[in-house]
Amino acid sequence: MYQAWELFCVFFKIGAFTLGSGLAMMPQIKRELVTRRHWLDEDEFIDIVAVTQSAPGPIAVNLAIFLGLRIGGVKGLIATAFGSVLPSFIIILMIAMLFQGIQNEPMFIAAFKAIKPASVALILVPVVTIAKRTGVIGFKFLIPVVIALLITFTPLSPIYIIIASIVIGILYYGYKKE
Amino acid sequence: MIFLQLFKTFFMIGMFSFGGGYAMLPLIQNEVVSNHNWITNSQFTDIVAVSQVTPGPIAINAATYIGYSTTGTIWGAACATAGVCLPSLIVVILLYAFLQKFKESVHVKNAFKGLKIAVIGLILGAALILMTPENFIDYTSVLLCIASFIACYRYNVSPITLILGAAVIGIFLY
Repeated sequence: MYQAWELFCVFFKIGAFTLGSGLAMMPQIKRELVTRRHWLDEDEFIDIVAVTQSAPGPIAVNLAIFLGLRIGGVKGLIATAFGSVLPSFIIILMIAMLFQGIQNEPMFIAAFKAIKPASVALILVPVVTIAKRTGVIGFKFLIPVVIALLITFTPLSPIYIIIASIVIGILYYGYKKE
Repeated sequence: MIFLQLFKTFFMIGMFSFGGGYAMLPLIQNEVVSNHNWITNSQFTDIVAVSQVTPGPIAINAATYIGYSTTGTIWGAACATAGVCLPSLIVVILLYAFLQKFKESVHVKNAFKGLKIAVIGLILGAALILMTPENFIDYTSVLLCIASFIACYRYNVSPITLILGAAVIGIFLY
């Protein structure tokens, strides 16, 4: 029970402080679960990040649910699901009820001018750590670069890239071994 | 029954959007603005703006806000938010069960090798999409991004400290 409560607190704290896409949360999630608590190792964490990208819906929620289930079973799942959703839910409700127009406050705007580039940096950190850890360096790094450009500059949905990469992985690495 | 409608619509949004975050926006807009007329396009732009200045996944933010504004109650917000999360819950549990069963399979291991390379690209893409003139307004933004990267990657500064630090810098700077 204590572990479930701790999982809830970790995800609630991360959810309350991380802006931008769920991917910006990854460095903090890794820090809390892998580095600090040793609940799973880095390779498994990367595997889980990869899997949860291929599920539909908000990536932050997918990642939270999978990690909760893996670390704490059903109790863990309930803890991380609520932990990851509640901060946004409460904050948005408060804004909708009390602070309409908060996005036009000068203080807010000023703070976010600096927070946005910092959030982009937080997304770039796992790009480098995962690439190094999985040996996708040098010439090989061109593959993710091309994928990133396709995602950014064409209307291609990420799901096709996910499906293609799974099929190519099975065929290429399967063929290589034989 | 508006509550059921909210749940159903956001369930569909959760089910059919891949790639998370900003990749979900067009689908949400199409459903809540064009199909259901729950909010106007300008309100939708407001929600996106609010989402950018509040923590958490943008899909959850949009679901909560629209659920509340269309019904005026917390229950509307809860229905929409539960709807958008439920597909994640179902799919992730199925994926987990599948992987527990087949994790020793050679094919699953090979699939992972391919998937991991693609995921690096998807994450890099998520960063690229955010590198817009609206987010990077001047050279200071670029410096802030580089400094944040070094602080987190090299010096292990906690991302929460980093975000709070950036907020303070922003208030003084702009």
